Amino acid sequence: MTLATFPASEPKPSWTRYFSFNTDAKVIGIQYIVLAFFFFLIGGLLAMIIRGELITPEADLVDRTVYNGIYTMHGTVMLFLFIFPVLNGLNNLLIPTMIGAPDMAFPRLNAVAFWLVPIFGVLLMSSFFVPGGPAYSGWWSYPPVSIQNPLGHLISGQGLWLTAVALSGVSSIMGAVNFVTTIIRMRAPGMGWFRMPVFCWTALAAQSLQLIGLPSLTGGAIMLLMDLVAGTTFYDPAGGGDPVLYQHFFWFYSHPAVYVIILPVFGVFSELFPVYARKPLFGYVYVALASFIIVGLGLIVWVHHMFPSGVAEWMRNLFMFTTMLIAVPTGVKVFAWLGTLWRGKLRLTTPMLFCLGGLFNFVFAGITGIMLATVPIDLHVSNTYFVVGHFHYVIYGAAVMGIFAAIYHWFPKFIGRMPYEGLGKLHFLLTFVGANLNFLPMHPLGLMGMPRRVSSYDPEFAFWNVLASLGAFLLGVSIIPFLLNMVSAWVRGPKATHNPWNAIGLEWLLPSPPAEDNFGEHVPVVISRPYGYGLGQPLVEHQAEIEQALTLAEQQETAR
Amino acid sequence: MTPSPAQGPRFSPLSVVALLGWVALLIALSLWMGQQAYHWLPVQASTAAPLVDGLFSFETAVGTFVFGGVISVMVWVMVMHRAEKYDASDAEPIEGNTRLEIIWTAIPFVLVMAIAVYAMRVNTTLGMLGPMEHIHLRSSVEEAGGYAGDRLPAEQVEVIARQWSWEFRYPGADVSTTELHLQVDEPVTFRLVSEDVLHGFFIPAFRLKQDIVPGRAIDLNVTPTREGRYRLRDSQFSGTWFAANQVDVVVESAEAHQAWLAAAARQPLQSGISDASREYAQRGQSSKAGWATVPPAPPPQVNVPGSNTLPHDG
Repeated sequence: MTLATFPASEPKPSWTRYFSFNTDAKVIGIQYIVLAFFFFLIGGLLAMIIRGELITPEADLVDRTVYNGIYTMHGTVMLFLFIFPVLNGLNNLLIPTMIGAPDMAFPRLNAVAFWLVPIFGVLLMSSFFVPGGPAYSGWWSYPPVSIQNPLGHLISGQGLWLTAVALSGVSSIMGAVNFVTTIIRMRAPGMGWFRMPVFCWTALAAQSLQLIGLPSLTGGAIMLLMDLVAGTTFYDPAGGGDPVLYQHFFWFYSHPAVYVIILPVFGVFSELFPVYARKPLFGYVYVALASFIIVGLGLIVWVHHMFPSGVAEWMRNLFMFTTMLIAVPTGVKVFAWLGTLWRGKLRLTTPMLFCLGGLFNFVFAGITGIMLATVPIDLHVSNTYFVVGHFHYVIYGAAVMGIFAAIYHWFPKFIGRMPYEGLGKLHFLLTFVGANLNFLPMHPLGLMGMPRRVSSYDPEFAFWNVLASLGAFLLGVSIIPFLLNMVSAWVRGPKATHNPWNAIGLEWLLPSPPAEDNFGEHVPVVISRPYGYGLGQPLVEHQAEIEQALTLAEQQETAR
Repeated sequence: MTPSPAQGPRFSPLSVVALLGWVALLIALSLWMGQQAYHWLPVQASTAAPLVDGLFSFETAVGTFVFGGVISVMVWVMVMHRAEKYDASDAEPIEGNTRLEIIWTAIPFVLVMAIAVYAMRVNTTLGMLGPMEHIHLRSSVEEAGGYAGDRLPAEQVEVIARQWSWEFRYPGADVSTTELHLQVDEPVTFRLVSEDVLHGFFIPAFRLKQDIVPGRAIDLNVTPTREGRYRLRDSQFSGTWFAANQVDVVVESAEAHQAWLAAAARQPLQSGISDASREYAQRGQSSKAGWATVPPAPPPQVNVPGSNTLPHDG
């Protein structure tokens, strides 16, 4: 390793690369994240309309057909156009840099997978403008209601929806093939499985789930599309089909999809708690392996979404047991994080606050999850606001907060500038308060018996709905300091050093932002486990020289 | 879960007492929350309700303890284990503790399996009829004269769900209605059918929910235990007027029920309740733009429409 590895100055790449078919994983990662937040704003706007309608018992803000279209599109946009793309963005930024690879295994496939996202995004958005309006049968699209097609046109909102979801599946499979191959084949010398950062473990687990589960959803969606436009009767009892069959296809993927979302967020928690507690990750090997226990169990729990759907009693009991079991590896992770924090030296930076807030919400969601796994309780609260509250605690309370933590933590690395702490903390406070005010009242509503997906409700539900709506509007406001922070930090934030958080990991041995091919030819040799905080062992060979060179290059930069 | 003294040698007797005191406080809080849980649910109006509520109360108490324990540790470290300002050093490295890891695998495992076994028993006792198989069993509740196992319930009601109305037929009395009337403390079997899409048969006061699947007839047993007026809500999204597909359930004494049936049988057929049809008729005049919709099925022709605007029990 020589000083010449890091040239003092390179021609500054043009911003237009973010709008091109670029094969650099770091560019694609930022493309994913920025596009995802564009759709996050659209999905959020739809949420504001939903909560505006529900602030009063009557269906008075929008027509019922409009409400149904909007809640359907809110769920669809948030899942397929926000959360999956934003996580794929993080995967693109973090996987190659964390394992010391120059890029993804298949860079062009990577770019194709990304560019499918705006294509199906536009397709989905265009359904707002077709006669008859967008799909209105919820993000599950259960038949027969989803294939009723009131206008009878060949092009319908539901048809566009199904095409978009099938394309999203294709894009995600392309991404998954790439991430799995990259992690298996392209790790730095010396980085055995048990020297790999937990984020990569969780990404590998999540992307394996994608590969196993997505064919079921994509196939199920294509059959539904054929029922809709080609007159087949896969799900139509009149033609010998069965509507419940679709629910199996759908949930066989869509339950694991929750783990596809939450596993990388567990990865983020596992990366960040050691950095900001200045301690090694407690029980690293067990935390890493627990991801794969979750994969195995996650594939055999899907019927818990169908307890009232018309499934046999023995299936209800069987799937209750498997669902309960998944609490065990999940609990292992939670306790490991607490073990990591215990007697640490905590720094309550913005990313750390988002992690702690996310953990708080996740533990709450875990407890309501156990309740939902219990068949008799589920029969009362399934398809009520209790479920809506539960999964928003998982998705917004835990996953989105973990994603914000990741963005604040790795922003300096990939943008090269520091985000502002004050705005970040304000963002955290508004998000944490807003999320709890929005989603906690949904639990009493569900217990009282308010069904989900309703555009009007009995007056006894008004009180909690008003609170939930106020929380939602607060969440709507909470995004302002985030956007302000990101834009101003990107434009004129203080320059970031290569390792502003004093973190351990290969990505922190790269300049901020890293060169296009990361370490290029000079990939360091990994000689110890990750998270060696307080152990005094270097992570890689010649670590001191590499860091000196980086610091020197930064000083030269500052001097100019 | 709670700060474990196994980790370090530096625990004084005082801190052990403080820890035990805190755990005792958490247990007390959990028991209290377990009792509060009953107030978050609607009135109990069926034999199923106390069983479901008991399970929910138990899980609320356990959940409160787990949540309280985890949050206590988080708050403790945030207050006590903060880095000093300008302290850039690392903490004492603890990489793991196998004994602790075994404990925190084993305890949750035993706990969730215990909950699952308890829940499965409740499930069996509920004795609901699965759509593909009839459960025949005798439970203690039934021995005590509770509700249906393998004995035929006295009353059978056919429930027909449509976009967007409910129709109830009493084949024994040759009566149909859009307001469900049931006799208190008398088992009833519903036969659930749908003429169009999926619907959900959900009476919160009964703690009971079953999807209605077109192409199938699903039997469901319940025994109402409390007189009053409750709500039946469609719980599986069924299209435009899904939210308006709600009617009342009246649980009444044996005499009142027989009188109601007799009076109903004398009524001529008339249009039943269908909020969807009413709103659909007004839709043409409304200025609010909407998207395409499937038109509602015509209101069912019934002997007694009933009402769905009277106050109901929460």
